[in-house]
Amino acid sequence: MLLTIRSLTKTFPGTKALDGVDFDLAAGEVHALLGENGAGKSTLIKCLTGAYERDEGLITLEGETISPRSTSEAQELGIGTVYQEVNLLPNLTVAQNLTFGNEPLRFGMVDRRAQLRQAEAMLEGYRLDIDVSRDLSAYSVAIRQIIAIARAVALSGKVLILDEPTASLDAREVETLFAVVRGLRDKGLGIVFVSHFLDQVFDLTDRVTVLRNGQKVITERTADLDRVQLIEHMLGRALKDDVVGHAKAHQAGREWPELLKFEGFGRRGHIAPFDLSVGEGEVLGLAGLLGSGRTESAELMFGLAAAHSGAARDAKGTLDLSSPRKAIAAGFGFAPEERKEDGIIADLSVRENIALAMQARRGWMRPIPRAEQQRLAEDYIEKLDIRTSGPEQPIGDLSGGNQQKVVLARWLAMNPRFLILDEPTRGIDVGAHAEILRLIRQVTAEGMSILVISSELDELIAVADRVIVVRDRRHVAELTGSEITTDTIVHAIAAPDRDTTEVLA
Amino acid sequence: MTALRRVTPQLLTLAALVALVTLFFPDFLRIEVVNGRFVGTIMDILKRGAPIGLLAVGMTLVIATRGIDLSVGTTMAITGAVAAWSITQGYGLGGALVLALLAGVAAGLWNGMLVAIFGIQPIVATLILMTSGRGIAQLVTEGRILTFSHEGMAFFGSGDLLGIPSPALLWLLTAAGVALLMRRSALGMLIEAVGVNRAASALAGVNATVLLIAVYVASGLCAALAGIVATADIRGADANNSGLWLELDAILAVVIGGNSLMGGRFSIAASLLGALIIQTIDTGILLAGFPSEYNLVIKAGLVLVILVLQSPNLSHHWYALRRAARTRRETAMDRAKETGR
Repeated sequence: MLLTIRSLTKTFPGTKALDGVDFDLAAGEVHALLGENGAGKSTLIKCLTGAYERDEGLITLEGETISPRSTSEAQELGIGTVYQEVNLLPNLTVAQNLTFGNEPLRFGMVDRRAQLRQAEAMLEGYRLDIDVSRDLSAYSVAIRQIIAIARAVALSGKVLILDEPTASLDAREVETLFAVVRGLRDKGLGIVFVSHFLDQVFDLTDRVTVLRNGQKVITERTADLDRVQLIEHMLGRALKDDVVGHAKAHQAGREWPELLKFEGFGRRGHIAPFDLSVGEGEVLGLAGLLGSGRTESAELMFGLAAAHSGAARDAKGTLDLSSPRKAIAAGFGFAPEERKEDGIIADLSVRENIALAMQARRGWMRPIPRAEQQRLAEDYIEKLDIRTSGPEQPIGDLSGGNQQKVVLARWLAMNPRFLILDEPTRGIDVGAHAEILRLIRQVTAEGMSILVISSELDELIAVADRVIVVRDRRHVAELTGSEITTDTIVHAIAAPDRDTTEVLA
Repeated sequence: MTALRRVTPQLLTLAALVALVTLFFPDFLRIEVVNGRFVGTIMDILKRGAPIGLLAVGMTLVIATRGIDLSVGTTMAITGAVAAWSITQGYGLGGALVLALLAGVAAGLWNGMLVAIFGIQPIVATLILMTSGRGIAQLVTEGRILTFSHEGMAFFGSGDLLGIPSPALLWLLTAAGVALLMRRSALGMLIEAVGVNRAASALAGVNATVLLIAVYVASGLCAALAGIVATADIRGADANNSGLWLELDAILAVVIGGNSLMGGRFSIAASLLGALIIQTIDTGILLAGFPSEYNLVIKAGLVLVILVLQSPNLSHHWYALRRAARTRRETAMDRAKETGR
């Protein structure tokens, strides 16, 4: 074995992040590391790369015990890592990025020509046709990802850890990346692959190790497992049929009493005027490519940008949606796409994060009593199964899926009549994913209306009663009932303009 | 209990400082009652520390929103000048106080609008008033030191109530009032939320713009109180020197109080202890009788020591060092056992 880990243990205040985990990595294999958010994948990787110091256990690399204490020490030992958010500097050239930290010197100055030659040599065999003297920002995320891999391999060369490398790539880019990874595997590197995408795990990896709650569940050959088994191992329970990937039972011709109506609602340069009626207890899906105007529609509805035309009204009359505060007063809620930037208040506790919107609505003069905040937090921690050491833990310490649940709890506590969820399951694991979909069904059954924006068509098919397709900043199609299938949605997204009517028909 | 734990480092620092000064100047802790007033070095520190203490209260709130207010020193000069001018113009005590406080509110509104509405970085936005403010104050005093004699006004600088100097009473009451307001209402939490993540707070319906303006207004009001104290103390407005460099001491007080310049969690009590620490250093250096040219260097040295001791990195290194030592000891003992066997 190239790399062996025995009974690795790491404890943080209040939680045991890793509890006696064993892990092996052979030279020339791609080994998937799977688990829900908070299962201990990141901690394991951080112990390997020296970001954390382990409490107990043994790590051996080629028979030698190692305890890297920093990322650079791990790199020198031969363990390189590439993260989801590429840790390169976009404002430097490709060559500067590749040689960063050991630039070829000549008379004490960087030797630019040698630097370019060295960079080109490092990229050899990656089948990239790029100009290494250009800024890194000139290239796509996929190419940057490969450059990051090339750098890690050149620096380390024994073990390569890929932490969610495909999260922001499209299908073709993923294939390019996988070709590179397979090439490296055949050269004899040991590769650890962390991903939420199970298809990619089956496509790429030789073996799988599943972690759950800081413990190892299994290590198996990938070929010996099927998808359902794998998910069950990750969740630790048998899957109910209705959880993932099954279409919602669409009741033909079901009518929802109308709650809201947007008429000619639009903003120049953001989204063309659209009409949209929202039924009480209805789940609307908004489908479309990134940048097609999905988020822009939501921002307009929530008052983040002012509408240039049209109006929104309910049974009582016209609604004022000129700012988020006004939208909230009108009974709206919005869980944004960028959870870290726009959703959580990282330093504040889970309790405060949940109570925030409610407190803002009550105004500063009427504080929510501490006991009530506590009850609210405990209530939602239990109801949404938020994994936290308690209401007072800072939300920044939680995993992505649990942060998302807290943001959802913040809005559910407000009991809005119309809740907009922008990519509610982005970057969260399969267990939390299923729970969030279940939650959407539950609250709409109680009469809340929800608009879900998602790139995952399966997800829309699973929850939405009606799907609106957005393309080129226009609402181009509306699908209901049995029309909601992957095919029809993809067709509507891809259709050139004149076909739109066909889809609608 | 958690509140006490929050200020423990500052309390310990203050205690150590007091012990240090007492070493040089044994009478430091003595308080006597003369003519029904408490008299002693401690009372002097409480009184002299009033401007820094008052500024630190407002500064804590501004810093909690990830801002900074560099203009408080000059706001002191402006409001002091306005107070003195109002007295000399015969507006009486009430008129002078109201006008001075209004000047503080105006200064805060100016800063707050630049930061919250025009989106100018706080350090730049408040720099504008910091540089222009003394000019404004000089316009009010017409370039002279504007003196007055008015017992009512002088009370705020040198008077006393129940034997306690009025400036000390003023800053203690202000601080207690603001701290209570923050924790008894939801203001504290909302300010912290805006400081940590303004965008997310606004999306949750927090009126971030108004809150941001409000903290700068609070800071301006605190500066106005400090300006009144400074002016009343010397019975005159000195546009050039009133509050000079005090904004830096106020920021230092907040930082010694362990409040992060990155915004978020804040403690007014800790900032006040920070202000007391600074004032104790200032007074202590004078008492210890060092030549005055050493004062600033000694102060800087002491502040450096305090900040290094409070650094989270240091405690981390210290912990790591101790753990390494323990591991070494244990391995040594294990080896000793093995060889013994």
